[in-house]
Amino acid sequence: MQVESFQYDNKTVRNFAIATIIWGVVGMTVGLWIALQLVFPTVLNLQPYFNFGRIRPLHTNAVIFAFVGNAMFMGVYYSLQRLLKARMFSDVLSKIHFWGWQLIIVAAAITLPLGISTAKEYAELEWPIDIAITLIWVVFGFNMFATIIKRRERHLYVAVWFYIATFVTVAVLHLVNSFELPVTLFKSYSWYAGVQDALVQWWYGHNAVAFFLTTPFLGLMYYFLPKAANRPVFSYKLSIIHFWALIFLYIWAGPHHLLYTALPNWAQSLGIVFSFMLIFPSWGGMINGLLTLRGAWDKVREDVILKFMVVAVTAYGMATFEGPMLSLKSINAVAHFSDWIIAHVHIGGLGWNGMLTFGILYWLIPRIYRTELYSKKLANIHFWLATLGILFYAIPMYWAGWQQVSMWKQFTESGQLKYQFLETVTYMAPFYAMRALGGALYLTGAIVGMVNFFKTISKGNLLANEDAQAPALEKTYTKHAGEHWHRWIERKPTPFLLLSLVVILIGGLVELVPTFLVKSNIPTISSVKPYTPLELQGRDIYTREGCYTCHSQMIRPFRSETERYGEYSKAGEFVYDHPFQWGSKRTGPDLAREGAGNLKKSNTWHYNHLEEPNAISTGSVMPSYSFLIDANLDTASTPLKINAMRTLGVPYAADYAHKANQDLMTQAQGISDNLKKDGIKVAPNKEIIALIAYLQRLGTDITKK
Amino acid sequence: MGVIVILIIVSVLVAGGFLLAFIWSVKTGQMEDDYTPSVRILFEDEVKVVAKK
Repeated sequence: MQVESFQYDNKTVRNFAIATIIWGVVGMTVGLWIALQLVFPTVLNLQPYFNFGRIRPLHTNAVIFAFVGNAMFMGVYYSLQRLLKARMFSDVLSKIHFWGWQLIIVAAAITLPLGISTAKEYAELEWPIDIAITLIWVVFGFNMFATIIKRRERHLYVAVWFYIATFVTVAVLHLVNSFELPVTLFKSYSWYAGVQDALVQWWYGHNAVAFFLTTPFLGLMYYFLPKAANRPVFSYKLSIIHFWALIFLYIWAGPHHLLYTALPNWAQSLGIVFSFMLIFPSWGGMINGLLTLRGAWDKVREDVILKFMVVAVTAYGMATFEGPMLSLKSINAVAHFSDWIIAHVHIGGLGWNGMLTFGILYWLIPRIYRTELYSKKLANIHFWLATLGILFYAIPMYWAGWQQVSMWKQFTESGQLKYQFLETVTYMAPFYAMRALGGALYLTGAIVGMVNFFKTISKGNLLANEDAQAPALEKTYTKHAGEHWHRWIERKPTPFLLLSLVVILIGGLVELVPTFLVKSNIPTISSVKPYTPLELQGRDIYTREGCYTCHSQMIRPFRSETERYGEYSKAGEFVYDHPFQWGSKRTGPDLAREGAGNLKKSNTWHYNHLEEPNAISTGSVMPSYSFLIDANLDTASTPLKINAMRTLGVPYAADYAHKANQDLMTQAQGISDNLKKDGIKVAPNKEIIALIAYLQRLGTDITKK
Repeated sequence: MGVIVILIIVSVLVAGGFLLAFIWSVKTGQMEDDYTPSVRILFEDEVKVVAKK
């Protein structure tokens, strides 16, 4: 058998590593900033670009797609080459992948503070960036599969399987969820409306957690943990079972994000059953990781890399125990919309993704730079800062979540709600402060790590191309006479399979989705009417400002909610909502019936409250939106928006686009005149008028006869 | 709720794809050796090259 000489590409690995370090610090800094905004709302909200609603998506996108994304690529590019005994298929593709991904991140960092957002959580980036993500993801996939094909190792190690699942599923999720109709270069409407949009979004959202934050990192765990401990994984058999069980179960779990909402009950139950079953493969994986260190715990005491990894795997175990529990209806009824969920996701983010990433960085950087780590002591300091940071973050948030929910649901003996919503907000202040302290500790650790990494880099020399030798893969197949015609497919199953899958999906979606969805958006409640042009514009301001990051629009059928917010939400009320705005967190109160019943407020109240929330509701953590008073409404876009909505099946009259602005001005003039009675002079063409019109419309339709 | 049909079709396609991949991997012997792959990844292939030079 001939031994071939080749070289591993370490340069791309290095590039992704540096991007991971820098974006990690940036993303966590923004996280700390928004955490502090909740403590010092009037000082730290810099409107309009750096209000909470605009930079919270910046934080989530930065840590998920920039920090964890780059870390994933770093680990994949390093381990894939070595597992397959082959250099990456194409250096050019590697380069396009790296720089393309960084450009996408920069585009996100610019557009999100500008308010260019689809307002769908973890998929906020607008349609041109969505297309760029698709292209770069395909480049990544192509490069990976081409490398798999030219591999020198027949067996695909379990990590490679995790990488393949990541690529395929994220591609599918992104395509389905990003189905949107462009209105202008920076504005699109989700193709789906209301309940449908919610279901697609959380099918995506949950699986983004599964296939962007979990499966690639499990692959990394199965490579780097044994490498760092220098011992084989506890049970390779278990890892195979772990992989196959996990991917078959994960994709069905999405509806657990929508329990007790207007989603059909059978879909909720499906989500719960699969979510609960997930605990078995998840814990199988965790146990496999931890038991790899059996008999080697003395190494863990000495080796900071293993310490990081042990905390990571432990956090994975905790988060994946909590996940199935939170998907049970009775627990979800308590935890949903509260700060408990914030604690839960940060156990996953800071613990699992963060600690594993740092562990890998400490292992990998000295290796590719052919030197020793600059300082073991600093690495230990980083470890303790990060570990304490997680605890200081999570414990106050768990406590806060419980406290918050108890107050939301508390009735007096005479059957009245005991607490105003605002009381629950002001009660949170010390918890939010402690959480910010935890975040600051974790960030300090990351900065210490960054210094350590860069010092290590500066004293070493990058081995850009690492020599390696391996025997060529024997061609096991020889064509024989009289074989069946389909033998050629069987010879190249993986690429063929994936290619056909992608083709079928794209073709099927393009054909099916538009006709199918427009029909099924037909309203079921006759009094629910499309938004007026002014309300539609106001709604677009609501989505632009990221109001959904703090306000839900979904009243669940509990007495504590119907007493506070009014009649519970019905699926038929959301049929014209492109995108849906149900939200996932109540830092502020639910707004589903803001314009109806007891919650109805005057235009003047809304005006004053948007201008200076704290002046109306003392202790409110909402940012000021006084810039909306000066900003002119972009009425030129009204006809485009009406036509786009018509395309999506919203029943405006055929020629309504031309008349829409007349109606818009009439309604705006009415609100302006109404405000004038209270001595507030504001021209009808200002953005605040449109937003007030939208808020006053919320939840009113079903009360009309 | 028309979209749920699409999501189920897509999910079944993905799961079906993985099922085929699973069957393929079993048939081609990927699962036959459930011990040595875990050990083999611990060996680096570049060391020998350096020694030869």
